[in-house]
Amino acid sequence: MIALTLPLEGGPFTPPSVESHLPALFSIGSFEFTKQMLLVLLSVALISWFFIAAARKGQLVPGKLQFLGEMGYGFVRNSVAKDIIGGKDFVKFVPFLFAIFFFILVNNIYGAIPILQLPSFSHVGGAYFMAAMVFVTWIAVGIKRNGIRYLKLAVVPSGVPLPLLFLVVPIEIISNFIVRPMTHSLRLFATMLAGHLIVMLAGEGIRFLVEQDNVALKGVSLLVLIGAIAMYALEALIMVLQAYVFVLLTAIYIEGALHADSH
Amino acid sequence: MKNFMTFAAVNAEGSTDGGGAAILLPNVWEILVVAVGFAILLFVVIKFVVPMFEKTYAERSAAIEGGIAKAEAAQAEATATLEEYKQQLVDARTEANRIREEARAEGAQILADLKEKAASESARITEQAHAAIAAERQAAVVSLRTEVGTLATTLAGRIVGESLNDDERSSRVVDRFLADLESQQGQNAGAAQ
Repeated sequence: MIALTLPLEGGPFTPPSVESHLPALFSIGSFEFTKQMLLVLLSVALISWFFIAAARKGQLVPGKLQFLGEMGYGFVRNSVAKDIIGGKDFVKFVPFLFAIFFFILVNNIYGAIPILQLPSFSHVGGAYFMAAMVFVTWIAVGIKRNGIRYLKLAVVPSGVPLPLLFLVVPIEIISNFIVRPMTHSLRLFATMLAGHLIVMLAGEGIRFLVEQDNVALKGVSLLVLIGAIAMYALEALIMVLQAYVFVLLTAIYIEGALHADSH
Repeated sequence: MKNFMTFAAVNAEGSTDGGGAAILLPNVWEILVVAVGFAILLFVVIKFVVPMFEKTYAERSAAIEGGIAKAEAAQAEATATLEEYKQQLVDARTEANRIREEARAEGAQILADLKEKAASESARITEQAHAAIAAERQAAVVSLRTEVGTLATTLAGRIVGESLNDDERSSRVVDRFLADLESQQGQNAGAAQ
């Protein structure tokens, strides 16, 4: 409160908002090629290069690079696909889950790398696309496995007395076909945006405080810095966690679609 | 697309907290770039990354299984050889025992044979000695009988030849006869030697 009453150098503090974007790198007509798009394409190149380099030799006793690649691949293959989907079916979904996990992971981690410092999914379009793609995929898998009957299986739980079905079926429809894809996309988007905003806000705040003439205010910037470092570590954790959560939910949805008649 | 963007803008301006909801409206170009990017990545993963890793996994598990099979075979072979050796050892021990038993039995047999042979030999020798003694005795009896007869006859002739009443003479005759007999006996002994 005291700080706010002191005379401020360079006008009042204006925090960065969700509207503050860097200008487009270039534009063709209405298409503006932004930093976010560049990072998305860079992630594709990075992931492809890394895993092809790691997998190419295919030695029985892996070197460091191959070991790292196998650890990543084995994580999605065994800890996500095999453990959740299981059976013989899981192998088919390994490429899909693998691509989703590392695509989201790398695009999230951008937010923790100085200069890049922009998690791609803090722009909602990408998150919408990923969730929509998963949504279409699990419905398609369900229909392919169980026939058109799947739409009934997905919303009518077995063993529920008829009167309750009038209550349960609408809830199931809303929860499975509306809430599920929305939460799937917004969870990723919101956590990334929030993390990005916090880091930006801390950065702006530190800059603003350091520019003040008042030594006490300059000193306060250290506190902000400490807080920012803690938040940075938390955000880095969340970036990894959200990629895992996204791919985990994808696997759970696919598993549910495959085994709809036993749910 | 243009309509969509207009809608987004209108919505953003219309919202009460000054454009807060606008962040939920996507930039279509961003969707497109993410879609294209993900499609490329998925293609690369399906075409290259997953097959390469799966191939390595398969090779590795095959190598491990092969190694285990080989180790199991070697183990089985070693066990079989050990069994064989043990069997051979048992066989050898049995064989040795058998041979020892045989040798002992054979020794006992030989000893018994020898004993029997010695006994029969001694019996034979005794028998022979008895027979020889009996024969000699027989011969002695025969020759004694002849000689006693002859002697008696000679003695009787001599006695009769002299005067039977003359005691002196008769005692002389007897003495002479006995002397003759003694000398004759000495000759006989010399001849026997």
